Amino acid sequence: MSTGNMNLTLKVWRQKNKNSAGKLVDYQLSGISPDMSFLEMFDVLNEQLITKGEEPVVFDHDCREGICGMCSMFINGQPHGPKDLVTTCQLHMRSFKDGDTIVVEPWRAKAFPVIKDLAVDRSAFDRIIAAGGFVSVNTGNAQDANALPIPKVQADAAFEAAACIGCGACVATCKNASAMLFVSAKVSQLALLPQGQPERYRRVQSMVAQMDEEGFGNCTNTGACEAECPKGISLENIARMNRDYFTAKFASEEEV
Amino acid sequence: MSSLSKAFTSSIGKKFVMGLTGLFLISFLIIHVSINALIFLNDGGETFNVAADFMGHNIIVRILEIGLFLGIILHIVQSLILTQQNNAARPQKYAYNKPEANSKWYSRSMGLLGTLILMFLVMHLYHFWWPTKVAVYTHQEHNTFQNIVMIFQSPIVVAVYILGVVSLGYHLLHGFQSAFQSMGWNHKKWTPVVRTIGVWFSIIVPLVFALMPIAVHFGWIS
Repeated sequence: MSTGNMNLTLKVWRQKNKNSAGKLVDYQLSGISPDMSFLEMFDVLNEQLITKGEEPVVFDHDCREGICGMCSMFINGQPHGPKDLVTTCQLHMRSFKDGDTIVVEPWRAKAFPVIKDLAVDRSAFDRIIAAGGFVSVNTGNAQDANALPIPKVQADAAFEAAACIGCGACVATCKNASAMLFVSAKVSQLALLPQGQPERYRRVQSMVAQMDEEGFGNCTNTGACEAECPKGISLENIARMNRDYFTAKFASEEEV
Repeated sequence: MSSLSKAFTSSIGKKFVMGLTGLFLISFLIIHVSINALIFLNDGGETFNVAADFMGHNIIVRILEIGLFLGIILHIVQSLILTQQNNAARPQKYAYNKPEANSKWYSRSMGLLGTLILMFLVMHLYHFWWPTKVAVYTHQEHNTFQNIVMIFQSPIVVAVYILGVVSLGYHLLHGFQSAFQSMGWNHKKWTPVVRTIGVWFSIIVPLVFALMPIAVHFGWIS
């Protein structure tokens, strides 16, 4: 199936399970097509490993079209590799040169323990969402579509925040392994809309509390998360979350 | 824990305290640099000494000074707690990381820059703050300007002072705008203004500070 002409040296993190120590293992690949995605290149590697009777490299992937947030991989020192605004599945081998050495590691954070090889457990994000990332809706007949007027500017800002796919690149690249960009996007997408108002101040407090409990680091505003986010989530969301958090803590009378 | 105490001990709360103390220390820098600039009147330090004497004796300034030291201590203590937590958040480091691809070195080195500033500050207080204290409590006359002229005779001291204010400049370059972001003040109209002011502040203030030892050392001021 390899039809190209690229030769590559891969240094891939291999780790048996959560508790064992891992290490970088060298693999040589030849005949890689520049049109392959990075994950397809890994498929080629795994077929080779299976043919040789070795254990294939475990890595996360699902939709392979950049919308599910499942693929991870810290490639040559950057989450999702060297390109801006792409996930690993959208990264193509033409972004590398023939003869390159590529180092591939899993996301590294205390809150994202390695499951095996390059796959990490990102359920900490799920628990943050479960803590408050929801709205209450009435059952019964569907509401009229335009019953709630929402200004276009608001709708756009909410939609931009909602573009977050929860991949965890922000945590992976942050020098403090902070989850602020993710949490702020999830807080903002609801805080910006009328449907999100009833739970607004309870939500931000619950989600931040859960974030802290999971053992993520603190934000130092380096902006690395925004630069690496495949969906271009803005730092403005972090400021909005901070504002909502202070408003909730100092002005809201509801204890969370 | 009550909601209010949680507000200060949470990750966002600690950043709020960092930003607030940072802005407070910045307000002090404005006063400090303004008084320093009086030496450039080149009147033999006459006006400067009047201002220095006022700062050394005025009761309101004395009370504010206690606040200033508390602000510095709080800023340092918070940074130590935050740094410890941030290190713990990534126990296993990357074998290959390329942070320069997505952030500025000074944004990632606030702890190092802060440590350099603290080391400089200890020396600076020993040079200028301590002698004025001794003079106040022993009811002696103290000529701050003469003290300056004497201390900046040494080229090594001048070089260390320049290193100190360069560290301060880079610390401010990140810290000024970062404080606003931490406190939630990010706005499409105002953030570009804050960032521009921050950059100029981080250049002008350290530059004026650095000019003082340089000017005194080379005898431009007498």
